[in-house]
This record gives sequence, structure tokens and C-alpha cells, in this order.
Amino acid sequence: MSISLGGVCEPGTTRVNKTGGWRTFRPVFDYDKCIKCKLCELLCPDMAVFPRDDGFFEFDYDYCKGCGICANECPTEAIDMVLEEK
Amino acid sequence: MTVIRTLDKDKMSVAEGSYAVAHAVKICRPNVISAYPITPQTHIVEDLSQFMADGEISNCEYITVESEFSALSALVGSAAAGARCYSATTSQGLELMHEVLFNMSGMRLPVVMTIANRAVSAPINIWNDHQDSISQRDTGWIQMYAEDLQESSDMTAQAYKVAEDKDVMMPAMTCMDGFILSHVYEPLVLLEQDLVDEYLPPYEPEYTLDPKNPLTFGAFADPTAYTEFRYLQQQAMDNALPKIEEAANEFYEIFGRYYGGLIDEYETEDADIILMAMGSLVGTIRDVVDKLRAKGIKVGLLKVRTFRPFPAEAIRNAIKGARVVVALDKNISLGLNEGALFTETKASLYNTKIDVPIVGRMIGHGGRDIPVKTIEDIVEEAKGIISSGINTESKYADLKEDLL
Ligand code: SF4
Ligand code: SF4
Repeated sequence: MSISLGGVCEPGTTRVNKTGGWRTFRPVFDYDKCIKCKLCELLCPDMAVFPRDDGFFEFDYDYCKGCGICANECPTEAIDMVLEEK
Repeated sequence: MTVIRTLDKDKMSVAEGSYAVAHAVKICRPNVISAYPITPQTHIVEDLSQFMADGEISNCEYITVESEFSALSALVGSAAAGARCYSATTSQGLELMHEVLFNMSGMRLPVVMTIANRAVSAPINIWNDHQDSISQRDTGWIQMYAEDLQESSDMTAQAYKVAEDKDVMMPAMTCMDGFILSHVYEPLVLLEQDLVDEYLPPYEPEYTLDPKNPLTFGAFADPTAYTEFRYLQQQAMDNALPKIEEAANEFYEIFGRYYGGLIDEYETEDADIILMAMGSLVGTIRDVVDKLRAKGIKVGLLKVRTFRPFPAEAIRNAIKGARVVVALDKNISLGLNEGALFTETKASLYNTKIDVPIVGRMIGHGGRDIPVKTIEDIVEEAKGIISSGINTESKYADLKEDLL
């Protein structure tokens, strides 16, 4: 691959930029506490929180950078930040 | 070849420097002009907005914005959409653009912008020196400095020619001294549409923003590729060196006017003392050279027309035979106590076999007048350097000790 003039490329390149590799802490849901308020989905700066058919959410760990915003904002403390293991 | 003006008297008019530049921009057929007025650049964009209001520029959008940051940002988008773009700014306005200057060059968008050079704050000062553009020398913009009004106007077309060259594709600043050139009236030839059309083909971008064929400009580059982007930008700057010469020669063929390409030499061939400078100061030195040559003093002038890319080789060749070189700078690198032209010329001699004494003299900051007498004193001092060596490597030549 060579660099195009000015680095112009097809859209959607962030898909191959798996920013999840930068993570130190990973968020984990406790579905017993979740009230499906969607705040975590709305506030994730990396769009790494996805809705499921049952109304709960899931993380896309390929792109979650572990910033902890979702855990901080969750009104029921349904998200734990857990240290990543090697 | 030295400065050549074959000015057709029938075509000549008297115009203000800003008007001449605005007219040149119009004749270059821009598609988007975006600007925020700031002294002493204001007249350029005022004239352009008047042309727009009078319907004299077709196929063009004029965007009035709330700051210089927005002015250049709007042009990043416009240039990416394939438009030939123009802006003008100065001083604090240029410094406010700093971040966008990098984006523009990194995205390889060949925008042309006139800088009506002015000192920077604090203290507030609206008069001319070169601190504003010199402070932006590492942003990846081509930088050229004009000696007079005719050159300021003609440089606009030349800048588009170089910037839009497929081997270059870098934005360009054409620098004219604020007030000294921007607000002065001189007899000149305003650029003619038919000749510019022959000289400057329409801009054909490699890529364009188009909803039907979406593309990403200025995307993320992690450490595996960022270095290569910088490398390619430097390569484009290297390519610009011969292209600037070509653009000047081709301009001469069509318009009959030549100002030098990267540099211009005046009476340097047998000169013991060579003074080097950029911008309108060159004109003053030209007169001093004439005056002193008449008295038998072997002094010459090296006009540095292109500062980025830095024409190290051309400068080395021009000064290698001198017995002393004085670089005159209207800027200072604080903490180094040197002007940029001096530092870079001195650096370009290191690791070569050329051993010519060179000193830097800073002069004319904040619009302080540079009378002929000051230049003559500098030459007098240079004579002393030939006989007894360098005393002070770099200093202000026109410091008022009584104010300190
Ligand atoms: S930790 Fe940050 S990046 Fe990851 S899901 Fe939560 S908000 Fe998004
Ligand atoms: S913010 Fe907390 S409670 Fe709301 S949907 Fe997300 S995990 Fe559930």
C-alpha cells in the first residue's frame, strides 16, 4: 500500500483502527442493575455500546478504549471497570 | 538574470498595492474567497468584496467569517471540494490560523494566501516586520517575499502555478510588507486576463469531496504511517525548488517581467560585501548598492525571494565568493538573538567547504524606518569585519540605547 496524495482514502477507515487495543480497564455490565436508560449508549464517545434486542446493551471491545465515561454516568452503577488481564 | 521589467507604457496605471493584489486574485479566477479583515491586509479583501458585489468575479463564493481561524478552515473544506481558493491575512490573524495552516499543507491543498506582513503583539503594533510569517515557517507552506507592488501582484499568479503543480501540491503564502507595499500607490501593469489564462490553467484536483463518491480527507495516521506523510511533504517542498524557478521563467516569457526565482542577485559577482534580505528592504539596499558602487565599494545584494522551501544551494552559490555576508532580518528568534535568514543561511554553510564570514543584523522591527544611512553604516561595519574579523555575530542594528 502506498500513501495517496494528502492521505485521501475511502470512508470507513476507522473500522480497521481497532482502538480497543489501547484499553487498560474494560467496562462490564451487571444486567441485574441496568434499567435500560440508554445513557451509556448515548454518552460513549466511541460508539462502542450497542443495543441488544432485549433492550439491554453490549460493548464492542474492538473499539471501547476503556475511558470509563459509561460507568461514571450510569445512574444505577450497572457498569464496573475491571482491570484488563494480559 | 537579474530583475527585468519591460513595462508597456500604454498598459500602465497607478494603483495601490492591495488593489494590484486583489486584481491579480480576480484574474486568477478563484472559486472561493474567505477572509476576515485585519490591518494592513484589509484593502485586499475589501477590493475583492467590491469586485464580487460588482459581478466582476464569476463562479466564485465570497465567505465572510468571524475569525481568521474560520477563514482558513472554510478554505480547507472548499479546496477539498476542488475549488481554487484565496485568503489574505497578517500578524495575529495569521497566528490564529496556526493550527489550520498545518491541516492545509498536510492535506496537500494548494491554497494561496497573501500575507501583508506586520509585527505581532504584545505590544500591539500594526506596522511592518516579518515576525508573523517567519513564525509559521514550519507549517509546510511555501513562502515568497515580494520587493515591490508589481512583484506582489505577479507573485500571486506564480504562487498558484507552483502550488497547484502535481509534483508540489502545497499551499503558498505570498508575503508583501504591510503598508510599505500594501498601502502605497505605484505605477504598474495590472495582470491581464488573457495572459493569465495562458499562464495558469484551471485547477484540477487529484481528489474532490463529492457526495456521490465519498472520500475521507485528513484521516487518522498512527505511528506506522505519520512519519511518511511528513517525508512526502518535505519531498513536495524539494520539488517546489525547481518549479519556482520554472514558474518565474515561464512568467517572464509570457509577461516580460522577471524578479528572480528562488533568489535574485544584484552586483554580487565581484562583491566583497554581500547584503541579503527579503521584502521591500531589498529595494532600499538596491539603491545603497548603486550609491556605494559609484564610490568604488564592492558591495552586492542577494534578494531572497523564496524562504520556504529554503534555497540553500542557490544562496551558497551566490555568496561563496564574498569576503563577508550580512543577513538583514525583520524578525528575531527570541532566546537565540538571531533572525531567521541569518540562522538558516549560516546553517546552510556548515559541513560545506565554503568558509565565508557571515553576520546577522536585525533591523526595522515594528515598522521602524530603515533609512539609507542605516544600511550604509552596516556596510561600513562589514568593511571592518573584512579587516579585523567578526566582532558581534548577531545584533539589532538600529537599537535606541537611550530608551533602555
Ligand atoms: S469505557 Fe468509554 S469507550 Fe468503552 S464503552 Fe464505556 S464510554 Fe465507551
Ligand atoms: S447507563 Fe447504566 S442503567 Fe442506563 S442503560 Fe447503560 S448500563 Fe443500563
